[in-house]
Amino acid sequence: MSDLVSESRLKASFKDSGIAALITLALSFMLIGMRTEISIGGLAVDYRWAAVAITVVVVFAGRMLLNMYVWRPETPRTVTFRTVLLGLSILAALVIFYLVDRFLGAVAGLSPARAIESNDWLWILLLLALAVVAAIVATALLGLAEKRAAPTGPGAAASIKAGLAPLGKWLPLALGLLAVAVPFILIEWLGSRGSRQYLDLAILVLTYIMLGWGLNIVVGLAGLLDLGYVAFYAVGAYSFALLSQYFGLGFWMCLPLAGILAACWGMILGYPVLRLRGDYLAIVTLAFGEIIRVILLNWYDFTGGPDGISGIPRPTLFGIEFDRGDDGFAALFGLQYSSIHRIIFLYYVILAMALVTNFVTMRLRRLPVGRAWEALREDEIACRSLGINTTNTKLSAFATGAMFGGFAGSFFATRQGFISPESFTFIESAVILAIVVLGGLGSQIGVVIAAVVMIGGFEFFRDLQEYRMLVFGLLMVIIMVWKPRGLISTRKPTIGLKRRTGISADMVQEGQG
Amino acid sequence: MTRWKENPVLTVEHLTMRFGGLVAVDDLSFDIGRGDITALIGPNGAGKTTVFNCVTGFYKPTEGRLTVRHSSGDSYLLERMPDFEISRDARVARTFQNIRLFGGMTVLENLMVAQHNPLMSASAMSFAGIFGLGRFRRAERRAVEHASYWLDKIDLVERADDPAADLPYGDQRRLEIARAMCTGPQVLCLDEPAAGLNPRESAELNALLMYIRKEHDTSVVLIEHDMSVVMEISDHVIVLDYGEKIADGTPDAVKSDPKVIAAYLGVADEEVELVEEEVGL
Ligand SMILES: Nc1ncnc2c1ncn2[C@@H]1O[C@H](COP(=O)(O)OP(=O)(O)OP(=O)(O)O)[C@@H](O)[C@H]1O
Ligand SMILES: [Mg+2]
Repeated sequence: MSDLVSESRLKASFKDSGIAALITLALSFMLIGMRTEISIGGLAVDYRWAAVAITVVVVFAGRMLLNMYVWRPETPRTVTFRTVLLGLSILAALVIFYLVDRFLGAVAGLSPARAIESNDWLWILLLLALAVVAAIVATALLGLAEKRAAPTGPGAAASIKAGLAPLGKWLPLALGLLAVAVPFILIEWLGSRGSRQYLDLAILVLTYIMLGWGLNIVVGLAGLLDLGYVAFYAVGAYSFALLSQYFGLGFWMCLPLAGILAACWGMILGYPVLRLRGDYLAIVTLAFGEIIRVILLNWYDFTGGPDGISGIPRPTLFGIEFDRGDDGFAALFGLQYSSIHRIIFLYYVILAMALVTNFVTMRLRRLPVGRAWEALREDEIACRSLGINTTNTKLSAFATGAMFGGFAGSFFATRQGFISPESFTFIESAVILAIVVLGGLGSQIGVVIAAVVMIGGFEFFRDLQEYRMLVFGLLMVIIMVWKPRGLISTRKPTIGLKRRTGISADMVQEGQG
Repeated sequence: MTRWKENPVLTVEHLTMRFGGLVAVDDLSFDIGRGDITALIGPNGAGKTTVFNCVTGFYKPTEGRLTVRHSSGDSYLLERMPDFEISRDARVARTFQNIRLFGGMTVLENLMVAQHNPLMSASAMSFAGIFGLGRFRRAERRAVEHASYWLDKIDLVERADDPAADLPYGDQRRLEIARAMCTGPQVLCLDEPAAGLNPRESAELNALLMYIRKEHDTSVVLIEHDMSVVMEISDHVIVLDYGEKIADGTPDAVKSDPKVIAAYLGVADEEVELVEEEVGL
């Protein structure tokens, strides 16, 4: 009996895997099999049939394994088992791919052969270690999730949660103190020369945290899916750059103006599009983001087009410049001149801006307007029945988010000293949105964690070259499988009669506007 | 007999609502008396919810005039106002046939959202609020007190800090009513508030509605299928069938109206006596 079953399953799996292999063949025929190479006198096509063969075989084998052991098991497998298997197989594929590319490159015609270097083994070990860690973490967490799902009284999960509660309270404060201390720790540790790179990274991370917090107002609180957030970042950056170019205004003068202009743009763009909902809103905001970029790119006389704008003034400390001059920062404070001073100053500027963003957002959440945003995310029709002007409420969310985007944009401009439309592509919007979604919609601390992991991690693993994309894709898949509502998915009530306990994400709506 | 015509809080005149070829409400006129509990009844699909949607601005009526007169003397023409203004200015609040609470927000937050407009002006469009000015803090404290008052009335003080989606069905119904009451309405429209309630919850609901009528300057209009509820608490009953009014009067008068019985039993007028004999009425 069971023989019969397994035999028919073998047949079905074989057929299914065959189809998958055929589809792969059809797809990889052009995508992998041929490659244009620059050769003398033009382009030449380079054929890589071995690579196609490897791809087809891998897909067939992988599909076969999935068919046999994962998708149609005789005994129902637990979530844990399936996820671990999934994670492991993705990582295995990654390792295989890496190995093939690195060592069998010549055989497969994928890339020129390279000698095995000692640090290749390091990377392989690292990947394997990552696989093991991912599997362990996934097992542990899914085990917890299963226990929590089973109604067996306060189990291990509950006690762990209770244990973590004080952490939630002190974590923001600890992170804040750490953020203030970062420049000193780095300089103490690495010296002013060695720490420069890390301080730059920290500034970048903080910029994304600020952008994440800004977008969180729109997406996390008001539930409006905005795929064109980078447009406001661009408006902020260009407002400052153009104001300084045409009117010679400085950073501190332009900062509020940039925010106000971005907020105005938010309203102008928001007014026509906010009657759309869900996917339509997402598409239109995406288009608006691109429109702004294309205008910046093509209005050559005004914005410099693809050449961008250079020579954007640096921020000053109450009028004191960070330069070598006699009235520069170093001279006035009796210090040896060092370019690190300005970096540290920039770090504190963005830290302060980010903290203000956070403070204002937290405050707004507890005001009627913030509650109306969240109510809008929960149920727009009910909002209207309670006398809330939903158009204005949406616009206020859009404008507030845009304003913080504009602030961040003008900081970006002053930090770089040069901007061009290239910095404001859709991928930026996607990264900011990914930070918000990974962190947990509406969660401030979640945005911090996600930004540190995504931006910081991304830069840290620069040595991994193109593989870091794979690693990050994998990380995102794991997080979305394990915590589909983001890392921090409990919502804290804005007001309490007697107590304020978190609300679990499965009750909170994501909004459809 | 026609007490409600003397001082109506809501007057509906020649209301017609068409969806393409379908006439959901057809030339309907009625008055809702101030301080009354008025029941709007009728078979499924009679157009009751559509009337509510027209009154509260969720649908723009094809034809007709809807007038609300406040006890202060102000009057509003609802057919010209967008839905949120009807709640904010004309003070008509409503609940929904399928409950629409803010499930991920706490019970107290639900009631705070309902006081959005007064709180918004107290926070000076948020600017006073951001800096935590005293005026806003006082307004917020008053709002919490107001919410606590209603929580006490619906017996949910203990659950104030739980998410609304966590409440049992009957509590959710009452919370939705309390939330509507937090807007300080002149007219409260309840769409099948007793649907799905057990007899005890149903009795609690009746008590709540009687309390609202007695203590607040709010007139209640409710859609209801449960005749025992209708007969027990309403002062005035309006019966709809296929979008038309077939009866309008006191509960007793409506109860014995052959047209109403015919509509509910689904037969023509002439056959009513026959059917009544058969079923032993
Ligand atoms: N938005 C709409 N578009 C098209 N037809 C509608 C719409 N809303 C209601 N209708 C139609 O109008 C008629 C009356 O519907 P309505 O919901 O008002 O009935 P009801 O009296 O509330 O019934 P029930 O007791 O089932 O709630 C129905 O035939 C319905 O299909
Ligand atoms: Mg209905």
